[in-house]
Amino acid sequence: MEIGVCVKRVPMVGGTIVLTPDGQEVDTRMSGFTISPHEECAVEEAVRITERLGGTVSVLTLGPAVAAEQLRDALALGAGRAVLLETDGAGWGPIATAAAIADEVRRRAEAGSGYDLLLLGNEAADTGDYQVGVRVAHLLGWPCVTGIKHIEFTEGGLRAGREYRGVSETFDLSLPAVVTVKEGINLPRYPSLPGRLRAKRAQIEVYPVSPAPEGLRTQGLRVPAATRQQARIIGTGVEAVPALVGLLDELGVLS
Amino acid sequence: MTVLCLVEHESGVPIEASLRALTAARVLAAGPAPAADPALAGDAAQGGDAAQGGDAALAGDAALAGDAAQGGDAGLAGGPGLAAVVFGAGSLDAEVLGSYGVGVVHAVGPDPDPGYAPLAWARCLHSLMESVGAVAVVAAGTGRGAEVMAHLGAITGLPVAANCVSAEWDGIGVCRLVRQRWGGLLLEDAILEAPVALLTVAAEAVPPAPTPEPVPVEVRVVRPELDEADLAVMAAESAERASGASLATARVVVGGGRGVGGPEGFAPLEELAGLLGGVVGVSRVVTSEGWRPHTMQVGQTGTRITPEVYLACGISGAIQHMAGCSGAKHIIAVNKDPGAPMVSAADYAVIGDLHEVIPALVAALRERGLT
Ligand SMILES: Cc1cc2nc3c(=O)[nH]c(=O)nc-3n(C[C@H](O)[C@H](O)[C@H](O)COP(=O)(O)OP(=O)(O)OC[C@H]3O[C@@H](n4cnc5c(N)ncnc54)[C@H](O)[C@@H]3O)c2cc1C
Ligand SMILES: Nc1ncnc2c1ncn2[C@@H]1O[C@H](COP(=O)(O)O)[C@@H](O)[C@H]1O
Repeated sequence: MEIGVCVKRVPMVGGTIVLTPDGQEVDTRMSGFTISPHEECAVEEAVRITERLGGTVSVLTLGPAVAAEQLRDALALGAGRAVLLETDGAGWGPIATAAAIADEVRRRAEAGSGYDLLLLGNEAADTGDYQVGVRVAHLLGWPCVTGIKHIEFTEGGLRAGREYRGVSETFDLSLPAVVTVKEGINLPRYPSLPGRLRAKRAQIEVYPVSPAPEGLRTQGLRVPAATRQQARIIGTGVEAVPALVGLLDELGVLS
Repeated sequence: MTVLCLVEHESGVPIEASLRALTAARVLAAGPAPAADPALAGDAAQGGDAAQGGDAALAGDAALAGDAAQGGDAGLAGGPGLAAVVFGAGSLDAEVLGSYGVGVVHAVGPDPDPGYAPLAWARCLHSLMESVGAVAVVAAGTGRGAEVMAHLGAITGLPVAANCVSAEWDGIGVCRLVRQRWGGLLLEDAILEAPVALLTVAAEAVPPAPTPEPVPVEVRVVRPELDEADLAVMAAESAERASGASLATARVVVGGGRGVGGPEGFAPLEELAGLLGGVVGVSRVVTSEGWRPHTMQVGQTGTRITPEVYLACGISGAIQHMAGCSGAKHIIAVNKDPGAPMVSAADYAVIGDLHEVIPALVAALRERGLT
């Protein structure tokens, strides 16, 4: 099974989110970078599948040269190959991103070892566009399903499951296919020491790509106004319990 | 000329997220009419319902409504009009849609009712979009809404603006919008320039509001011509619903985080949730440690909750956690650390060790006769 996994380098945001003074992006001077939890799970799922069925996991990212860091993180977890679609660092929209990913998938097929399965996150942590996977699928003419929390292989294809509004749904797809996954599909492992060493030495394939303008243009970012005030402290330790019971009663949840 | 809105329903009752989407779509439907294409204007004039569908009063922006009045034929008639697209509409309560300003319901099926096949739904939206000359297509930012709109974006090559909080016209084919980024931690002001504006509406951000002037609803049955390939990926639903009160709809959620200390520490929280008729929700630390399954996670990558009361025990209140619980009506924090962000974000706080406070609370509630 040849599996491609798409990951995106994004700032790691902690307790608060700080913007650059011009409000154009997240201030990353004090923060590290990571990938979204959905994508961590996509990498883990791909590694587990190839451990079971054989094959290679290729991890792909479109981003600046420093995004190699996220590729190495994935290599440390068991990916065997890494591809950087290198940009000049400017933000890319989902249409152009999907086109560049689809080009790489075709390139791989022409080289004779095309992907059977492409895994992506359901949505990227930063832009939350919810669409790159579907757009890639259309460009390739592959079937696609999103928001998946369970994958199993069937004869000639795969069965993907998710829950929607309390009802479980399954989808049968033929291969090759695009599947976007959500956190919860598995519990990602931590990298092993040998994994880290291997990742450090691994070659990364680099292909330059150039952007195309898109119809959705960011004017600026802002932090939404806080809706709550500082809490009223109703007490300390067990002495607060009578007041807490009174409060629950007042809020109408004791009946 | 129309604004189309995909409306999801359960047994004929529109889901709340779709009512929110309709509320946001109604602003676009009120105009100003963004296109002056005579062919399209003719279409609008002939389908008189489009005029009734509009609700200029709801634009909430006098300048916008004024623009609409000067904006040519469709504008004079009150904007492009709002139409709903509904799949499997056999049992649909169309009147509710009228109360949200929907003039026309395009009821797809029931023969053949495609069920949920994302690509087939998008193809139907696409053909309706073309036949009515839609200026915008809107869906709720639900799993299905996001998926279908992504397909529609891919089919048409148009951009899709996901998780909008508001959108209004800013000229012909130009939409000025605000949308959520980083799971709602940030807002983005953006311009969407496209012949048809495709957008999803953030599931919790827009309060659903009926229009003060409900309109009569005309239901038009649409029989889609679908390719077999469009139906290749189709949901098979299992009949059984998830049992018990689910996290997303619970009236009371008792939250547990790293402060709970381990998988066994949850017993008192579960007992408390039981007494209050609620459920337990957890932070990501709890799920990534494997103490509880991910289905119980509250937050940006977990479930968004909207209970009456959220009692957050031993949870620091990281921004990604707050993204999932800020829809709670009242938040009560139980935390050892008065400086924890959750204590600042909550309405009420108890400073103390949850291992003492929660069992004592359970005992006190039992004493009051709760079982
Ligand atoms: C992209 C992304 C998405 C994420 N999505 C989510 C998400 O969906 N949901 C989520 O929860 N997190 C999410 N996170 C993780 C988040 O950043 C935090 O790491 C996590 O929420 C912290 O969990 P916690 O509050 O349980 O633990 P901690 O931050 O360690 O806090 C523990 C708290 O417990 C208190 N405490 C300790 N002992 C006691 C005691 N005995 N009694 C009372 N209080 C005590 C401490 O004072 C502290 O405030 C995400 C992170 C990223 C990067
Ligand atoms: N720049 C990128 N490089 C690689 N994969 C990406 C990139 N942007 C988005 N993706 C993938 O597409 C998914 C959905 O992204 P989006 O549609 O932008 O929310 C992400 O979770 C990634 O798996």
